[in-house]
Amino acid sequence: MVLKAFFPTCCVSADSGLLVGRWVPEQSSAVVLAVLHFPFIPIQVKQLLAQVRQASQVGVAVLGTWCHCRQEPEESLGRFLESLGAVFPHEPWLRLCRERRGTFWSCEATRRQAPTAPGAPGEDQVMLIFYDQRQVLLSQLHLPTVLSDRQAGATTASTGGLAAVFDTVARSEVLFRSDRFDEGPVRLSHWQSEGVEASILAELAKRASGPICLLLASLLSLVSAVSACRVFKLWPLSFLGSKLSTCEQLRHRLEQLTLICSTRKAENPAQLMRKANTVASVLLDVALGLMLLSWLHGRSRIGHLADALVPVADHVAEELQHLLQWLMGAPAGLKMNRALDQVLGRFFLYHIHLWISYIHLMSPFVEHILWHVGLSACLGLTVALSLLSDIIALLTFHIYCFYVYGARLYCLKIHGLSSLWRLFRGKKWNVLRQRVDSCSYDLDQLFIGTLLFTILLFLLPTTALYYLVFTLLRLLVVAVQGLIHLLVDLINSLPLYSLGLRLCRPYRLAAGVKFRVLQHEAGRPLRLLMQINPLPYSRVVHTYRLPSCGCHPKHSWGALCRKLFFGELIYPWRQRGDKQD
Amino acid sequence: MENERSFSDICGGRLALQRRYYSPSCREFCLSCPGLSLRSLTAVTCTVRLAAYGLFTLCENSMILSAAIFITLLGLLGYLHFVKIDQETMTSSYASGKESTTFIEMGKVKDIVINEAIYMQKVIYYLCILLKDPVEPHGISQVVPVFQSAKPRLDCLTEVYRSCQGILAHQKATSTSP
Repeated sequence: MVLKAFFPTCCVSADSGLLVGRWVPEQSSAVVLAVLHFPFIPIQVKQLLAQVRQASQVGVAVLGTWCHCRQEPEESLGRFLESLGAVFPHEPWLRLCRERRGTFWSCEATRRQAPTAPGAPGEDQVMLIFYDQRQVLLSQLHLPTVLSDRQAGATTASTGGLAAVFDTVARSEVLFRSDRFDEGPVRLSHWQSEGVEASILAELAKRASGPICLLLASLLSLVSAVSACRVFKLWPLSFLGSKLSTCEQLRHRLEQLTLICSTRKAENPAQLMRKANTVASVLLDVALGLMLLSWLHGRSRIGHLADALVPVADHVAEELQHLLQWLMGAPAGLKMNRALDQVLGRFFLYHIHLWISYIHLMSPFVEHILWHVGLSACLGLTVALSLLSDIIALLTFHIYCFYVYGARLYCLKIHGLSSLWRLFRGKKWNVLRQRVDSCSYDLDQLFIGTLLFTILLFLLPTTALYYLVFTLLRLLVVAVQGLIHLLVDLINSLPLYSLGLRLCRPYRLAAGVKFRVLQHEAGRPLRLLMQINPLPYSRVVHTYRLPSCGCHPKHSWGALCRKLFFGELIYPWRQRGDKQD
Repeated sequence: MENERSFSDICGGRLALQRRYYSPSCREFCLSCPGLSLRSLTAVTCTVRLAAYGLFTLCENSMILSAAIFITLLGLLGYLHFVKIDQETMTSSYASGKESTTFIEMGKVKDIVINEAIYMQKVIYYLCILLKDPVEPHGISQVVPVFQSAKPRLDCLTEVYRSCQGILAHQKATSTSP
């Protein structure tokens, strides 16, 4: 039987003593956590181990003896170590020995009880696996497959050999509190013996975070109380609030800030990572927003922007007018129905005329409005981008109106055509049975139906052309808004803290381990070095991405084409909550 | 003890297989691929530069030449970091020093087999590890192919296969006895 002994690299140069750790019988492996030095009183050792067992729910016990002979090997020490096996009964009993600061190791594991099978030897072969205790303590193992038996055994040490080792080290923090330099009754050697690193800034930040969190939490609760008051539930404001993406983004940020500033501690590592990622995302957002703010307000760029805005809106309106004149003539050589063409064209031209007058009315106030809007960038780049998207939506409102008119007309025409086509063939839609049934019509019904069908059919090209043109314009605007939303989503959901951790401290996010075989001589036990295999970047992003607003188009391309063909209105983004129809 | 033999991969390039025997339950196989050949590197660089010079005579813009240098350097770096393999065990080490490892616990290994597959216009053999399914005791949850980048031929694979089956048998024998 091969026995695996996990030995911490920090104890390799420690003095002789007892091995303290946990025995995992299913993988026949012993995880050594610390070395207990002489002199000690067995009663106190047993008390300490019982305390640690109770506090950490890990079955810590004395596993064997460790002998590091700096000078010539001593006979008396050997006999003393053997007698310790009687004081601390453990099955199997490990004896690790390192000679004279060299690379000569010897390991033995004995079982006291006689083996039942006649051929099996009383001694087992031992394989030594060295591990870096500090890295294993801090790291978090991400197993590739989701275990289906997650419910069972979640409270005690988890199944899986590797997970057991990581789990044992992580939960034995209680054992690492006392050190060999302490004045206590028991002297232990573990990763803290090499020197504890601490940063005074980190400690100060931890002390200060409590009161700061309380202050921020109270401020945020005040803000959310104000925003939840009755005024905002009334019809115009609630409608606007659900349609504007700026309000969505502000709400999202408010939720995230409330999560960060809550005084409850994170229950598991995933929640902690999520909090840290949220903080990093908010900080990046605000930093980018401040950069944008300084760029906008320097060298009076806002003035230039405001001066350019009204001519641009005028230019767009003029281009639309030219387009309509083109449609009212013979567009692309197609022959339109003159009367309908003139009616629709004049209707839309009047709309554009109204729009231009409104823009000219607003032009003196544009600079002030832009200046105040620019200030909102200090809340974050995402807020500024959402505002930009909303401004584009407001400025192209006339295109949206034209699209709705064209779509409704077209939809009406298509439905009329399909119903009259059924009449033409002598059939009827049965609303009760939700199917097409045959029906006998009177002569006058048939006559009028056929007339109307012919009229609608010959007017179809005109309406279809107007619908096509305005749908394309609308899709262009939707595409631009979509790009902006994509960028906002990216900033919202990127897990920056996790990516930074993977870059700077790759052992914290572990996908697994890798082994390296150390110098091997025949007859000596096999020695392996266990190193942590970090998680690839794609899995880091996938596991830790923050939940975003979720403004993705809900229907597939096929459904979209079907809606376009039948003239149904398309709403590219359902705002979160889906309260409106 | 260590042992080295040379084989060839599916494209005809030379591979060296190193076998190290540590204990009855531990063995290591390492496939080393040949280095970057100077001939192919020179050929690619010359082609890119000639194309850039041709474009330059057409467009009279010297940015094209600097862009070609930049692209060649970036392409070479990318190739060394992501494509060119130096050595392969369960860890692939790339020519630029990057290493990517897959680790599978012995308890999860059900069996090691040699499979046949159609790869582009060839039929090749590859070694793969079958993993146990936690839910179904006789099922297989995943098939993990090994030596993906080195792609050795059948003779090399049979050597590795025989040794691995020996270890699996030894493992089963020691786990059933108390």
